[in-house]
Amino acid sequence: MRLPLMRREIPTFIALVVGIICIIQFFIPHWPFGRMVDTFADWFTIMQAVAIWLGALNLLKISFQKVTRKKGHDRWYGAVVILSFMLMAITGLLLSGGRRFQMPGTRFDWLYINMFAPLASTMFALLVFFVASASYRAFRARSWEAGLLLVAAFLVMLGRAPVGDSMTGFMPPGYQLSDVASWIMNYPQLAGQRAIMIGIALGVASASLRLILGLERSYLGGQ
Amino acid sequence: MTATNDTATRTVWERLLTIDRRIVFVFVGIALVVPFFLGVSQKMPVSREVRMMADAMERVPDGALVLISTDYDPPTTPELQPMSVVCMKYALKRKWRVVICGLYPMGAVQGNIAWDIAVRDEQFRDRRPVYGTDYVNLGFQSGNEAVIQKMGSDIHSTFTRDYRGTPIGEIPIMRGVTNLGNLDFMVNVSSGYPGTREWVQFGVDRFGLKMVAGNTAVQTTEMTPYVGKQLLGMAGGMRGAAELEQALGFPGKAGKYMVCQSVAHVIVIAFIVIGNIAYFATGRRRRGD
Repeated sequence: MRLPLMRREIPTFIALVVGIICIIQFFIPHWPFGRMVDTFADWFTIMQAVAIWLGALNLLKISFQKVTRKKGHDRWYGAVVILSFMLMAITGLLLSGGRRFQMPGTRFDWLYINMFAPLASTMFALLVFFVASASYRAFRARSWEAGLLLVAAFLVMLGRAPVGDSMTGFMPPGYQLSDVASWIMNYPQLAGQRAIMIGIALGVASASLRLILGLERSYLGGQ
Repeated sequence: MTATNDTATRTVWERLLTIDRRIVFVFVGIALVVPFFLGVSQKMPVSREVRMMADAMERVPDGALVLISTDYDPPTTPELQPMSVVCMKYALKRKWRVVICGLYPMGAVQGNIAWDIAVRDEQFRDRRPVYGTDYVNLGFQSGNEAVIQKMGSDIHSTFTRDYRGTPIGEIPIMRGVTNLGNLDFMVNVSSGYPGTREWVQFGVDRFGLKMVAGNTAVQTTEMTPYVGKQLLGMAGGMRGAAELEQALGFPGKAGKYMVCQSVAHVIVIAFIVIGNIAYFATGRRRRGD
């Protein structure tokens, strides 16, 4: 089905103009291109700020839908999300001195320091238990390559903790486990990483060109 | 008798292969918690990247204008907050004028917390840094790399007000600072996107910022290619934070946490070794030999 003009040609034209000006500005950072790219950056900032609100409202909508469902275990989680959201938003917007809501000593700051930060840190810290359990189950030397990866992982894990140097303290400097870990990171890993980065850069360049030239239109939500 | 023993041995290995994950959790928990209360500390050699970072910071003159961008939120605080704190302590020692900002919504708040910890250090008891003159927090600005791009041409229109709501033009430290080119140095502490990569691409490559970075351990592999040219030094993960504390002469939390990390690494490796032994011990049976 053919998309209406507003939904296809105009966005493609905007992408073409903005993309070309951004490229030109990289080589000629003077008026008018420099000024135009600054304006685009302003628009981008505004759009992203709106997107943050959109995301927050969407989260609320989904949580409300969960709560209003008659069945389902996650309806209580939805209620917790709504209550927490309202608590932080109302405290920040109305009860913490307006623009100065982030300053030390405000009610918002108290909630952030004593509730949000410990909860967020705890959620992330739980990862270590699951990583340990998953490593135990999945990290097997099933092939020669997997064995090589396993040995490299051992050396880096031990070398990145002081216990590695304690274990190889008798070795001359340059041959201790931290040196071996550094060598792995700075040579084989770095070579692989550079190859990946070059590949990604080429991919990004070609994808960007396709977007600018209007060959790639999936971001419009149509074809 | 032999057959019975063989069966019993196989059963043990098979049991080990399907060990309840709660047992792994208990061991890891003990490995993390017990060393924390032992008060033991471990010395460690400073790596080349962290030494480069410390050297680059030493070369920055006293009283320089330095941007510290704290681009992370609470989940990565254990790794990154010690880096921010030690960099801010060093900034206080060298009387740098510090501009804090964040590309993460929580970043600027984390910067504030780190600054407060740094100021409370015994060494700076007599120093009373004045907000607006000695340091400022520009707060969070949405836009990711577009923010950096915009800061390259005009900081005042990028951050119109600081996090307290004061117009930037009224803040003494920001007078005469129009863009990234006016900054003497930059420290970026980041946990992902937007972070070090974006600062390198838009701040360093484009506007010639002199920059060092502190990253999470998982990010280190991605940032290593930038070290040497775009990044004047880098601290990676908890180990990097502990080394940085050592190199800059401010022992702190990261050094203490390293003991827990050491024991946890040993426990995880032990479990992986046991898992592999069990895997090979039961291999013949699984293959039906």
